[in-house]
Amino acid sequence: MDRIYLDSNATTIVDPRVKEAMEPFFSQMYGNPNSLHDFGTEIHPYMRLAMDRLYSGINAKDQDDIIINSCASEGNNHVLKGVYNDLIRNGPKSEIITTQVEHPCVRNTCAFLESLGVKIIYLPVNSDGIVDVDTLRRSIHPDKTALVSVMWANNETGLIFPIAELAAVCREKGVLFHTDAVQAIGKIPVDVSRVAVDFLTFSAHKFHGPKGIGGLFIRKDLKLTPLLHGGEQMGGKRAGTINVPYLIGMGLAMEMAVDSLNYEASTVRRLRDRLEDAILTIPDTMVVGKRALRTPNTILASFRGIEGEAMIWDLNQNGVAASTGSACASESLEPNPTFVAMRISDELAHTGIRFSLSRFSTEEEIDRAAVLIRQSTQRLRAISSTYKNSK
Amino acid sequence: MAKNDLIGGSLWEQYSNKVSTRMNNPEHRGEISEAEAKELGARLIVADWGAESCGDAVRLYWAVDPKTNRILKAKFKSFGCGTAIASSDVMAELSIGKTVEEALKITNIEVEMALRDSPDIPAIPPQKMHCSVMAYDVIKKAASLYKGVDMASLVEEEIVCECARVSLRTIKDVIRINNLTTVEDITRYTKAGAFCKSCLRPGGHEKRSHYLVDILSATRAEMNKDKLLTQAEARDFATMNLIQKHRAIEKALDEKIRPALAADGGSVEIVDIREGEGTVSVYIRYLGACKGCISSTKGTLQFIESMLKRELADNIRVLPV
Repeated sequence: MDRIYLDSNATTIVDPRVKEAMEPFFSQMYGNPNSLHDFGTEIHPYMRLAMDRLYSGINAKDQDDIIINSCASEGNNHVLKGVYNDLIRNGPKSEIITTQVEHPCVRNTCAFLESLGVKIIYLPVNSDGIVDVDTLRRSIHPDKTALVSVMWANNETGLIFPIAELAAVCREKGVLFHTDAVQAIGKIPVDVSRVAVDFLTFSAHKFHGPKGIGGLFIRKDLKLTPLLHGGEQMGGKRAGTINVPYLIGMGLAMEMAVDSLNYEASTVRRLRDRLEDAILTIPDTMVVGKRALRTPNTILASFRGIEGEAMIWDLNQNGVAASTGSACASESLEPNPTFVAMRISDELAHTGIRFSLSRFSTEEEIDRAAVLIRQSTQRLRAISSTYKNSK
Repeated sequence: MAKNDLIGGSLWEQYSNKVSTRMNNPEHRGEISEAEAKELGARLIVADWGAESCGDAVRLYWAVDPKTNRILKAKFKSFGCGTAIASSDVMAELSIGKTVEEALKITNIEVEMALRDSPDIPAIPPQKMHCSVMAYDVIKKAASLYKGVDMASLVEEEIVCECARVSLRTIKDVIRINNLTTVEDITRYTKAGAFCKSCLRPGGHEKRSHYLVDILSATRAEMNKDKLLTQAEARDFATMNLIQKHRAIEKALDEKIRPALAADGGSVEIVDIREGEGTVSVYIRYLGACKGCISSTKGTLQFIESMLKRELADNIRVLPV
């Protein structure tokens, strides 16, 4: 049985060309780039190429910084804790604005800052699942607000937030703006020359690069206290010997992700829509969020009468990998805050299944998945105590 | 922390093979129709428990022989996760052949034991234990429908922790007997709160009517009150606190001494009571005719002291001021 991977918002397959590009930097060119000898310096041109690819991938200027780190969780921690230190602990500000639907690495870091006395304002989403520009405008207090942090696209629903408008409001009010762009890079255009973000974070493994490496964009001249103190790597902004092979891989992965944007917008979107259409032909199913407002690869579907974990269990038995944010499948048993924020009814909060494609998804896989999803739905509805099989 | 916790995502790996098998192919899934029940000469019971909005719902079908109260056939349907489906399946199976009374004794713990591959290894991870409680509750519901009684009347004990089936009585007893002071201790002694953790304190996965934190503080308060009451009722002068000693001395003065002094137009009051070095020193002041009476430092003083010694304790000294 060929397995079908439909969980690309969790992580992606490393592109074989990325793996190949990383290969020489394990056992051939293994020097420390901070060394003065040839083992160190021979790596520099490759690092420069990787950095160039990252900069041009998001259209950053040479004077901007892209700090290479371990993941987006680190980048998000760096921004939130750095701004806290610089503008709240040692400055006049007192609050941070974020949303109710951020990834845990933002929400839990904010909760931590709350425990230190910072006021955190969690913006709700509207009925489309989107953060409203006017809601943000009303919530900003220029004398108190240190930072606004809003994700570019949501990991559960794929809904894209109006980052350009949100960033413009912050720029107009003189407040720093951060976006977690993990779910945006490689799916939709991300261009920091057109969008007034001050900080932007990303992670390589969401766009066919390796796990354990990411980046933090910092707009030129902005100060941000380091998260990791130590050596002078990354110009003193992030200590720790850089993971050279992974940086090389991330650089290539970024270039390929940006080159694939048209493919994402056309082919991946077509396959996604094909799967979504197939799901919606099953009675009593729904998909969260308008298609036009979503990243081209994501479907958050609800199958009435079927509990989420039972569904992904059954799909897994048949070789289909999907995910759920419903209470029973997460180890913590917490209800999914995205559903709660979107005021999706409690029944649906336990029936949500996320299918996320990538440029590696094939039409054959999608068609086979559609059949298997229909079979799982039928099997589980047959034993469901709540599904009224009247149709 | 163990290695598995650090690696993470091990939820499904902690399911026993029996859980997987029953999840993939629950043997007792389905319905029992009225016609089928009739054919068996049985009464059909259909019990629903839980709701989709809670993430778990189960429906239990029983065909019960009205003459013997025996469950001839059982089926279930479920809106729930793998654990809920597997435990409902076992619950249905365990109820077959039992009388309704006997079935009422099936607990979620028994269901979990039946799902184990090996007796020592849990069938499901701790946080999924509450998913098996549903199976227990629906049996109660079915039995109450069969008997035509209120479900609450079938619950003999008030259960605080559904996962480990620990009653309010047990928890209170354990706190008192072992003089427990922390919630962690309660969990260590009873397993209450070791699984889904909802009963530890408000704000967990499920809303509960009792929380261990509250039971602990209430029981500790009760214990404290009991201790004070015991002290208040102390008959033994030596174990009394100073206030109780004062009261006891006043009482002895009123009953045994003041009437005698009053006959001569005098009286006595307590100025101070001090404890130390094995003696209780009672400082007194004479009033009325006793004041300045020659006997007050000798005979009367001896009388008062010996009377208090006889009534209360040998180590009392009486000192006039």
